[in-house]
Amino acid sequence: MDTLASLADGFAVALTWQNLFLALIGCFLGTIIGALPGLGPSNGVAILIPLAFTLGLPATPALILLTSVYYGAMYGGRISSILLNIPGDEPALMTTLDGHPMAKAGKAGEALAISGLASFVGAFFATWGLVFLAPQLVKVALLFGPAEYFALFVLAFATLGGIASRNQAKAALAAVLGLGIATIGVDGQTGVPRFSFGEVHLYDGIDFLVAIVGLFALSEVFIFLEHRAGSGAGDKAVKVGRIVPPWKMVRETIPAMGRSTIFGFIAGVLPGAGASLGSFISYTFEKRISDRNGTFGKGDPRGVAAPEAGNNSAAGGALVPMLALGVPGSGTTAVLLAMLLALNITPGPLLFQQNPDVVWGLIAALFIGNIMLLAMNLPLVSLFVRVLLIPTRYLMPAVAMISFVGIYGISGSTFDLVVMVIFGVMGWVLRKLDVPLVPIILGVLLGDQMEKNLRRAMTIHDGDWTMLFNSWLAIGLWTFAIVGFVLPLIVGRYFRPKIADEPIAEGADPD
Amino acid sequence: MSDRIFGVFGFLLAAFYMWQATQIELSFISDPFGPKAFPFMIGTVLAISSVIIVLKPDTEPEWPTFSRLFEIGMATAVMVAYALFLKEYGFVACTAVAASYLSWRLGSHPVAAFTAGVMIAVGIYVIFHLVLGLSLARGPWGF
Repeated sequence: MDTLASLADGFAVALTWQNLFLALIGCFLGTIIGALPGLGPSNGVAILIPLAFTLGLPATPALILLTSVYYGAMYGGRISSILLNIPGDEPALMTTLDGHPMAKAGKAGEALAISGLASFVGAFFATWGLVFLAPQLVKVALLFGPAEYFALFVLAFATLGGIASRNQAKAALAAVLGLGIATIGVDGQTGVPRFSFGEVHLYDGIDFLVAIVGLFALSEVFIFLEHRAGSGAGDKAVKVGRIVPPWKMVRETIPAMGRSTIFGFIAGVLPGAGASLGSFISYTFEKRISDRNGTFGKGDPRGVAAPEAGNNSAAGGALVPMLALGVPGSGTTAVLLAMLLALNITPGPLLFQQNPDVVWGLIAALFIGNIMLLAMNLPLVSLFVRVLLIPTRYLMPAVAMISFVGIYGISGSTFDLVVMVIFGVMGWVLRKLDVPLVPIILGVLLGDQMEKNLRRAMTIHDGDWTMLFNSWLAIGLWTFAIVGFVLPLIVGRYFRPKIADEPIAEGADPD
Repeated sequence: MSDRIFGVFGFLLAAFYMWQATQIELSFISDPFGPKAFPFMIGTVLAISSVIIVLKPDTEPEWPTFSRLFEIGMATAVMVAYALFLKEYGFVACTAVAASYLSWRLGSHPVAAFTAGVMIAVGIYVIFHLVLGLSLARGPWGF
């Protein structure tokens, strides 16, 4: 019952007026970010990190703010899926399948309410999963030495490339591109500059926040410029109708929510899978077991509940490896990892021992945020619907400018701004070529740690390579990594989401 | 074809990266692994995956027409110019110009775009500088 005691302490941390206020702001902003097409959890959080950082918020409040945004965006994505048939972000893609037909049948309000409820169920139970699973994982992680950590990082890249992308070669290329960017700057161990071409600005390396905001947020602006989506969503009439679902409908969807929560959580915990896969698996599975009359795809409430419970539950699950091991399982958790690193906190087992207030305060804030989100999303949903009416021609310039403000705020360096623009263009080109961006971010974030652990292992064993495979734990991780990378190549055709094979808008926001 | 070009580019990048890695000067303190080995591993994987991409390209992406490419090029130029002029003319003026430009190119009427640009600039200035106390670039007029 240690865990529950820690959780109680966490609530003591989270229940201050400041933190509650930040959670409220975060949930509100997050829902808006999720609802707006073109802005999803990862680029939304990416834009807000530099801001939270420059405002000088301490670790716990900053994390509470950003994870509330993360959870909120997962809630918000469904709004435009249901009303406009445009997924607000990638995980909400599956919600369009039954959500929009419901809206067309005049049941938009019910669809929104059911999906809001499903989001709550998914996120709430996933947070409980996080409470109990993360400390167990920490116990395992304490056995890790440098060699095991190195293997773990390889595992993260391998499963990310294997499961979550369409082309393994491109995922591998993206990962090493990120790792390569991370090697720029003065080498931490010997103090020699690497790949800096005599440019003083590069001695410190490239700030990962610059890379993240450029790749995620600015590239989105370029995508919009390319298609000139000027008219935006505002032209279509949006009618919500009643927002209280009949009790019968709720009862019908409860089993679907339960099953999807479990699937979503598992998908979230697995490194590299993330919320998009969570919602996909949940929907397909639910369709297979309960679609007896062929109502799925024509506006079945269970088809709305399943993917929403799945993606919100996966969002909670993805926090498990991020907090316990320091290895994120999805794009957005990679961005949250960036937040932690920017605050000088290294996630992993030591975080649970040294800064339990941060971890448990965060988890408590997730519970609070969830309840706020439920409260906000049922009655206030028509307010968020109105936000959808902002045309992208006004929205996107604001997004670009806020990105600039955030990055400028960190360093006050115009050099960083130029680097960010370069990353933005690079992100656009890579998206056109269908190269996933998440491995790049992960590479930039983990490169330093990965190299450090490799070299530490080599120093301990005096340069003996075979020592990387010296323990059963390490061998297990390596095997898992190889299987995770190679297996999808073989069975991928049957297993991988078919819909995910057709990129929406050049691989829009990754979970 | 795009993928093949991209693969070749990746391979050249790998070659350049490895060559640069050989140029890293070693210092007198060193560990058995040294600062060069990890970059070599990265370069190798980069080269291998580039070759695979050249050999097994995906279907051709839909490239925009030349005019759209020009649009993106211009937007990039405006953003770089924004970064370079930021310290000289201050946050509000630069942001208003850049945001107006982007809004105009995204399809707003010029007058509406200008209004939107000014409102975005002033709005950000008020929220982030006056309310939240973030330091923004100061121009000759003090804002």
